Amino acid sequence: MQMTTKKIRVLVGKPGLDGHDRGAKTVASALRDHGMEVIYTGLHQTPEAIAEIAAQEDVDVVGLSILSGAHMALFPRVRAELVKRGMAHVLLTGGGIIPMEDMAALESQGYAKLFGPGTRTEEIAVWIQGEMEKRWKAEGAQ
Amino acid sequence: MNATETLAARIERGDRTALARMISWAENGDPRFAAELNALWPKVGRAWRAGVTGPPGAGKSTLVNELARVERTRGKTVGIVAVDPSSPFTGGALLGDRIRMDDRTLDPGVFIRSMASRGSHGGLARAAASACDVLDAFGFGTILLETVGVGQAEYDVLDAADTVVVVLCPGAGDGIQAMKAGLLEVADVLVVNKSDMPGAERLINDLTEAVHVRFTKRAWQVPVVAASAGTSKGIDDVLDAIAAHRAHVEAQGLEAARRRKRVEQVRHSVSEQLAERLWGPAGLRERVAAQLAEGASPHAIAAALLEEITRGLAKPAEARR
Repeated sequence: MQMTTKKIRVLVGKPGLDGHDRGAKTVASALRDHGMEVIYTGLHQTPEAIAEIAAQEDVDVVGLSILSGAHMALFPRVRAELVKRGMAHVLLTGGGIIPMEDMAALESQGYAKLFGPGTRTEEIAVWIQGEMEKRWKAEGAQ
Repeated sequence: MNATETLAARIERGDRTALARMISWAENGDPRFAAELNALWPKVGRAWRAGVTGPPGAGKSTLVNELARVERTRGKTVGIVAVDPSSPFTGGALLGDRIRMDDRTLDPGVFIRSMASRGSHGGLARAAASACDVLDAFGFGTILLETVGVGQAEYDVLDAADTVVVVLCPGAGDGIQAMKAGLLEVADVLVVNKSDMPGAERLINDLTEAVHVRFTKRAWQVPVVAASAGTSKGIDDVLDAIAAHRAHVEAQGLEAARRRKRVEQVRHSVSEQLAERLWGPAGLRERVAAQLAEGASPHAIAAALLEEITRGLAKPAEARR
């Protein structure tokens, strides 16, 4: 198999009215340093825009960062917009100030895993690599 | 969606997800790509491809965004390929060009694809030209191809674009820079961006002078266009200059010009893949290291290798299998 050049492509998105993106940029840089190709959307994106970018860029992973408290409103809408564009297969993740019970609720709605404050960036990168390895192995086995 | 429908068929009926996936196949060297592109090949060649290159921070992404905005008002659809560098150490990349193109995201007449250079050194990604082919087949009328921020000697865009736009800005070097060989020579259109900043007039004069002195024998007179993409000034002038260059190339014979560029693309593609086979993971590094350890000189090893490779090439393809 000549698949040596395949890279994990990640979209790091900031949905909604939330002006804080140091965390998103830190995570984006860390994923880059783990060999991934990271597209950062910039601030104040609508769910439609995030899903459209994910579709145009054909990313493998969408990671949302949110510190505004609007995650229960925005995260499901991003997922719905992704599904609408035939992007239901992407690995969905995210992080920010999200209470444990909300995390559990979102994880039952198609978000594979959410990360809270204090998470080491290495942990996120290794988790994504592990998940993508599993998926690509499963695809290859078909 | 029919699961057995080919990507080419889906692209022909305007499926953007299929378009995105096909560009990924080009990037990943997926063996299925060639057949899909062959199926689309009759539709390739209708778009005009403008390459936008220049040093880091000259305002390439902002200019591309503005060019796309105005092209849309002129009734054109626009495909954009924006290349950013991959890390030579980790292979990772942060692709940030589309942050400047934010306003175009939800326009159905625009499609933007970010691309990491993945080890190419000529200012583009290996798959950039293929991505343009796919966008062309999809039906975009104008394709804007943005290179990584280049220094003085990255010219891959020359073979991938019909018109090469070189973007410069004031405060980044004097008239001597403008006289050096390199970037200026590949320009079909020169843009002085940030032309509302101090030193712009001087730069415009220097460039105009350099163009007149050096390229008097060329049929195409390279225009020097002042613009300020950040404040939407001069964008029409840049598009008009591209259109004028297009008219010139078409008058001179578009097919021949494109064929010359395609030959170079094939050359690039072959030499890059050859280099990867020779020096990639299963390549010759260990063998060369061993020969060096035995005391052979780099020059002698290189000469012997070259001899061996050329002999291999001379054999008929069947015999090598």
